[in-house]
Amino acid sequence: MAVTQLSIFIENKPGRLEEVVSILGKNGINIRALSLADTKDYGVLRIIVDKKDDAVKVLKENGISVIKTSVIAAEVEDTPGGLAGILDFFAEKGINVEYMYAFVEKTGNKAIVVFRVENIKEGENLLKEKGIKVFTDEEIKSL
Amino acid sequence: MVNYFNREIETAPLKKIEEIQLERLKNILRYVNEKIPFYQKLFKENNLNVEKLNSLDELKNLPFTTKSVLRDNYPFNLFAIPLSEVVEIHASSGTTGKLTVVGYTKNDIKLWSEVMARSLVCAGVGKDDIIQNAYGYGLFTGGLGVHYGALEIGATVIPISAGGTKRQLMIMQDFKSTVLTCTPSYSLYMAEEAKDMGIDPRKTTIRIGILGAEPWSEGMRKQIEKEWNMLALDIYGLSEIIGPGVAMECEGKNGLHVWADHFLPEVINPETGEVLEEGKEGELVLTTLTKEALPLIRYRTGDIVTMTKEECPYCKRTMPRISKIKGRIDDMLIIRGVNVFPSQIETVLMKIPEVAPHYQLVVTREKHLDKLEVRVEVTEETFSDEVKKLEELEKKVMDEIESTLGLSVEVKLVEPKSIERSMGKAKRVIDMRKI
Repeated sequence: MAVTQLSIFIENKPGRLEEVVSILGKNGINIRALSLADTKDYGVLRIIVDKKDDAVKVLKENGISVIKTSVIAAEVEDTPGGLAGILDFFAEKGINVEYMYAFVEKTGNKAIVVFRVENIKEGENLLKEKGIKVFTDEEIKSL
Repeated sequence: MVNYFNREIETAPLKKIEEIQLERLKNILRYVNEKIPFYQKLFKENNLNVEKLNSLDELKNLPFTTKSVLRDNYPFNLFAIPLSEVVEIHASSGTTGKLTVVGYTKNDIKLWSEVMARSLVCAGVGKDDIIQNAYGYGLFTGGLGVHYGALEIGATVIPISAGGTKRQLMIMQDFKSTVLTCTPSYSLYMAEEAKDMGIDPRKTTIRIGILGAEPWSEGMRKQIEKEWNMLALDIYGLSEIIGPGVAMECEGKNGLHVWADHFLPEVINPETGEVLEEGKEGELVLTTLTKEALPLIRYRTGDIVTMTKEECPYCKRTMPRISKIKGRIDDMLIIRGVNVFPSQIETVLMKIPEVAPHYQLVVTREKHLDKLEVRVEVTEETFSDEVKKLEELEKKVMDEIESTLGLSVEVKLVEPKSIERSMGKAKRVIDMRKI
């Protein structure tokens, strides 16, 4: 079920991030969501794209190391407190959110938020039980 | 089964070897005193009558020869014979610009073939082997040295030289090479390339690697043996003495057997020059006993070793054994007063499975304080997309180095495959200090 995120280790040097994203752009790959975790010396670029297999292929061809990670993409009410509601569900079950970030697109009046938790399946089932829409790779592709 | 190329001498009683050494030492001292003005002058200046030497112990009274002597006598002034007697010339790039030039007579080439043949057989190589010789051919002694030894034992040698990794791997598969000779770092690079090409290096026909020309650790050996599923053995040599084939490990992996009937080894304290007792760590000093074109007396190799004269428990060879090279006198880094050999850091890194065996040390000086940055590659298998885990990895490397060396360093994770791979000697240290 879960959504596939691509993670790329990027050294902090001028132009490196640009290089990576322009490789995707030139190959007609669209970034749906992204986040960049950074430290002094390096960063981890996390992206969700429309064509993940093509993305992995072109990145590797260009000598960039990329790994796939599963994340949960869930629909959140775009109203005050919308996000807090979901985080509450996780907290109640003792599920720790390792990181999260938001999609660029919206579906109607709803936002899509990406969550990385330790046990993806558990997290996903919980949200489904609570009646929250979670996306699959296929659905992300056709957004 | 243990094989020998020249069993009689390789397993002769130590006393017998020492008799031969003394006889040959007397001859070579007479020879250099007659033929090489540099030595004539040197002995005269030191008031030494070298023809009076009557025991191996007296060797310690003679002065050393250093690399700078070769540079000062560039290109041929140290040769003992006219150039017409020289049949081959090699040269190595010096760290300071000028080449170090070495020459060989016909007999020197025979000697080189003999000691390289002993080395190959010592590693378990035989007539039926196909040696993929990926040491550079040319002015570098590695390629031709192995080549001569291979001819001597009648093995099949593929003179592919260094580089062209894809072609190396194709030929390895098609010709079914059984022995790989190259630098240890290149063997790892080759394994990595193989995997990228979808070739499993463990499934090739390579069974023995004869690796040298740069210091490497036991940890790196384990890694290479795992990657290649082969026996990885260390070969030692330097062009000034003859090239590869000065000393070689056997399958027992307990030191390198020095062919001491031709190259007389001593271990000295690099600061005082005093000869150290057996087992003590110091600089290896070699005297060539039988070379004609360029004999050297007490040549300081700059390599740090320990030495033992005990018989090898594995192969029963009686030649003295030196340890793997622990470092170089001249790549010894002094960081905030702590002596650091890059090989020590390598040993630490090899114990940490999450980092790749490629590393680089960058030394800088900030506000008069030395800073050592250890750049290591995260591997694709262990790269985590969580910064927390990457930071833990950095800390782990830092702590391991600190507890082993007593030195705090900065660890910088870099992108996989971003550290320059070398076809020859890996460039491990970048010293940016302006002292």
